[in-house]
Amino acid sequence: MPSEEELYQEHILDHYEDPFHRGNLAGATHAHEEKNPLCGDVVRIELKLDGEGEIEDVYFTGEGCVISQASASMLLEALHGKTVDELKNFSAEDMLELYGPRLTPNRQKCCLLSWKVMQSAVHSPIDERSQS
Amino acid sequence: MSAAAANHSALLPESLREDFPILNGDVLEGQPLVFFDNAASTQRPRQVIDAIRRVYEHDYANVHRGIHTLSERSTELYEQAREKVRGLINAEKRHEVIFTQGTTASINLVARSWGDANLQPGEEILTTVMEHHSNLVPWLQAAERTGAVLRHVPLTEDGRLDMHQFDNLLNERTQLVAVASVSNTLGTINPIDEITAKAHAAGALVLVDAAQSVPHMPTDVQKSDADFLAFSGHKMLGPSGVGILYGKENLLDAMPPFLGGGSMIGEVHLDRFTPAELPAKFEAGTPPIVPAIAMSAAIDYLQAIGIEAIHRHEQVLTGLAFEALSQIDGLRILGPAPEHRTGLISFVFERIHAHEFAQVLNDRFGVAVRAGHHCTQPLHTLLGISASTRASFYLYNTPAEIDRLLEGIAAVQAMFAPKGRRRRKSGK
Repeated sequence: MPSEEELYQEHILDHYEDPFHRGNLAGATHAHEEKNPLCGDVVRIELKLDGEGEIEDVYFTGEGCVISQASASMLLEALHGKTVDELKNFSAEDMLELYGPRLTPNRQKCCLLSWKVMQSAVHSPIDERSQS
Repeated sequence: MSAAAANHSALLPESLREDFPILNGDVLEGQPLVFFDNAASTQRPRQVIDAIRRVYEHDYANVHRGIHTLSERSTELYEQAREKVRGLINAEKRHEVIFTQGTTASINLVARSWGDANLQPGEEILTTVMEHHSNLVPWLQAAERTGAVLRHVPLTEDGRLDMHQFDNLLNERTQLVAVASVSNTLGTINPIDEITAKAHAAGALVLVDAAQSVPHMPTDVQKSDADFLAFSGHKMLGPSGVGILYGKENLLDAMPPFLGGGSMIGEVHLDRFTPAELPAKFEAGTPPIVPAIAMSAAIDYLQAIGIEAIHRHEQVLTGLAFEALSQIDGLRILGPAPEHRTGLISFVFERIHAHEFAQVLNDRFGVAVRAGHHCTQPLHTLLGISASTRASFYLYNTPAEIDRLLEGIAAVQAMFAPKGRRRRKSGK
């Protein structure tokens, strides 16, 4: 069993308290939101894709535990400026590796929430008409 | 209530912990285990574990089928278990006690059998906003199938049922009131006697989800006049996989069978069947034989200590925890004052998620608590929170363990307090 000192490494708490791109993205082209039904953690990701399939900009909002929110920040920082193809190749294992500390299966769900949302978000164009 | 907290003489002897192997085993590699997740499931004493082994080693066969020695022994033990449950809840008749797989199965049985046969479009089922999903979803499904309408009794400010609103919501269209005797999230003890009296006066039946009350306080279905009562073995020192549905004889008799199969039949022809008498009518297939017999051993254990004494013990622990938690800045206790609740306390802390509490309490302090929505999502939404931390007590918990919990909470607060941290830039 991992100890909490390992789970809550300093750089993870840094991401939690000072997240990368937390907020809404004006002019977002794609967005998706999901909840972890087990615990109610929620993450929404809004992103802007350019015509070339590059993630021009990406922001997240959400509520939940340190792991769910810090992992969102870490993921966005890692994928900002990358392409949709690179995102598709970024596997669940890659996400767990990016997070670092070994997680029990239940806490893996917290960590993978933003990864799941991100994978769906690039396929979820914002309907312009419903925006107006 | 500090009076309750001060009354340490109501505590049960700590020596009973020796009956529970898991509390004395090396579960957490050197760290003593503080088990505060009893509202989800309790631990088992040696007496229950021994009962399970004894049946498998000496008495096991299928029940109600063979005429060989083992089948007769199993059947006798199984039926003795039914009688034990009858006594525990003071049902009038033994065949009013149906063995199921658990509280959820019991409630679904009523929703499917009674609900489908009786509910008409526009008729109402009155439930409450504090229900466990198991006393909510079966009624949502029943409403979907029958066109009946679900209504919900709201809460008072302090997390009790708003009985004034209950009076307003109860009407001539109400066919059933489905209510928990104790909230698994708030700990609130609901006024079941008052609810049944009022429901019956309005011509409605009452189903009580008693999963959180039967293990912790005396139950008397004749006194409360509940029409249906559901609870589980695993929340009262028994095994998982067995639960009880109590129903009044005339109601169960009038209900169609739910699951079809072996045991529940009188005669079977290729084109028709007749159902068995109670209780077999609702026990299709091989029942949870060993869990039921072991549940009987759990009831023996609880009754030897005394359910009332267990309740008083929990009141002391709850009083202590409530008083200490109330003094923590930024901590919000869900639900009413100790005198209106059983032995559980859920809380939320501003800016620190329940997961952090559960994780650190476990990893560093050996305290097992529940973090999440405890299968009461609508209640959490209503309270404006997504998750809470719940500590739930039972007969083997001690004041020293409450201290350990408090120590852990203080550590979590310190660990996750904002410290003006800055993310190191990634250099891209």
